[in-house]
Amino acid sequence: MAVMESENTSDKARGIPLPTGPLAMLGINIVAVVFGISMWALVTSYGVVGLPTPLAVARQAVIQAQSGLLWSDALASLGRVFTGFALGILVAIPVGFLMGWYKIARAIIEPYVQFFRTIPPLAIIPLAIVTMGIDETPKIFVIFLASFLSSVVATYQGVISVDRTMINAARVLGANDFTIFRRVIVPASLPYIMVGVRIGLGSSWSTVVAAELIAAQSGLGFRMQQAQLYYDLATIFVSLISIGILGLIMDRIVMAIDSVLTAWQEKL
Amino acid sequence: MTPKISFRDVRKTFDIAGRTAFTALEGLNLDIDDGEFITVVGPSGCGKSTAMNIAAGLTAPSSGQVLVDDAVVAGPGPERGVIFQQYALFPWLTVRQNVEFGLKIAGHNRDERRRISDHFIALVGLTDFANSLPKTLSGGMKQRCAIARAYAVNPKILLMDEPFGALDALTRVQLQDQLLAMWSKERRTVMFITHDVDEAVYLASRVVVMAARPGRLYKIVNVDLPYPRTEDMRLSSEFSELRNEVWRAVYHPAAAA
Repeated sequence: MAVMESENTSDKARGIPLPTGPLAMLGINIVAVVFGISMWALVTSYGVVGLPTPLAVARQAVIQAQSGLLWSDALASLGRVFTGFALGILVAIPVGFLMGWYKIARAIIEPYVQFFRTIPPLAIIPLAIVTMGIDETPKIFVIFLASFLSSVVATYQGVISVDRTMINAARVLGANDFTIFRRVIVPASLPYIMVGVRIGLGSSWSTVVAAELIAAQSGLGFRMQQAQLYYDLATIFVSLISIGILGLIMDRIVMAIDSVLTAWQEKL
Repeated sequence: MTPKISFRDVRKTFDIAGRTAFTALEGLNLDIDDGEFITVVGPSGCGKSTAMNIAAGLTAPSSGQVLVDDAVVAGPGPERGVIFQQYALFPWLTVRQNVEFGLKIAGHNRDERRRISDHFIALVGLTDFANSLPKTLSGGMKQRCAIARAYAVNPKILLMDEPFGALDALTRVQLQDQLLAMWSKERRTVMFITHDVDEAVYLASRVVVMAARPGRLYKIVNVDLPYPRTEDMRLSSEFSELRNEVWRAVYHPAAAA
């Protein structure tokens, strides 16, 4: 009986008679988050490892928000991410297309891309600071590198994965190489590019925070590093939670753009 | 009258390290008349798709040549429309945009494109789906869209590579009738590859039977049934005699080998 009902309401429910609509899922999400925060409150109220309580963190967040410090830190971090990320994507997409379209370009560029991909971008920071100084340039450069490397490989994969039959179909309709590139290769590789953009944004965000921990005078990472000196755990928590929330929002924005741009895809 | 398509000693081999590893097509000679509907049938490996790809200009022959209107085929061109088994629609374009793809390249303006695409979309019965994306269409509808797309650029020749091979039996029969109806209205020279003997006889005025290893022309069977073909004809004794003749021709070489 219960199994039959679940089949009627949703084909995804595998014999578990639970509602799985988008609203119900959101409800379960909220319950899970509330449960997590309650557990945090419970653990800290017994004084375990001296962590701040949720209330103390919330109070600190309000103080920082009212003083404007939270916003200026968030803006500083976001500004770096967007500059480095945008530059990385802008360079990665044409380079990825070049690598996919011309075998010669692939042979020249691929060794460098594969080599630098094995080095974590953060490992470049000491070099970047020594050669570029401690202002914005080294941080943006490292973020650029992180987003470039993940997007360039995705774009290149997208180009070489385009169905040959589709290229032939365009060719027999009279398309020359340039038309095929513009009207077949570019749209067909878009889903791959968007995967690269998403990964690139994720690695940019994690890189900026780490870069600010090492050398910065502003930003969420810098704020945490300062708070560490004064044993200000509440501020560290505020920064961490802000980093998580901003990262999540950015990822969701990219996903929303992706679902509009690649709505034509046959998805399972 | 000069033939529309002429295969002259067309040979295609695949070489590994300078030695012929596989002969896909050996010395094919075949003339196809203007406005004729021929089908090419044969076991897999008989080179039927290779022959079509050479005529389309998507594959170069190892020796010999294909002439279209007495000109040597050197590459693909819009005067030779190709319809693929896997539809090869552009999934990010609607039915109409797919049909207009070649028209845009040919430089037709918006009104002309609209008029031509309207005509062919109606002809394949997709008017209600003109603004739909391919992902929302069934296999048969996708192939009808591909047929409209190929027709739209006004090719003199249609090359069809097992276009109905991926469809269920009923849809296949319906599309065969639609294709013939379209062919009688918009006469083109058609070279239709299939592995289905019934389909080969039903559609063609001549069935070209090919044999494998090496891929070669084995026999040409004339189909003296009048057009328009009807479902009654499928059940007639003439049809089954022709069908048996083609069937024997397809399987004879394999039995001898």
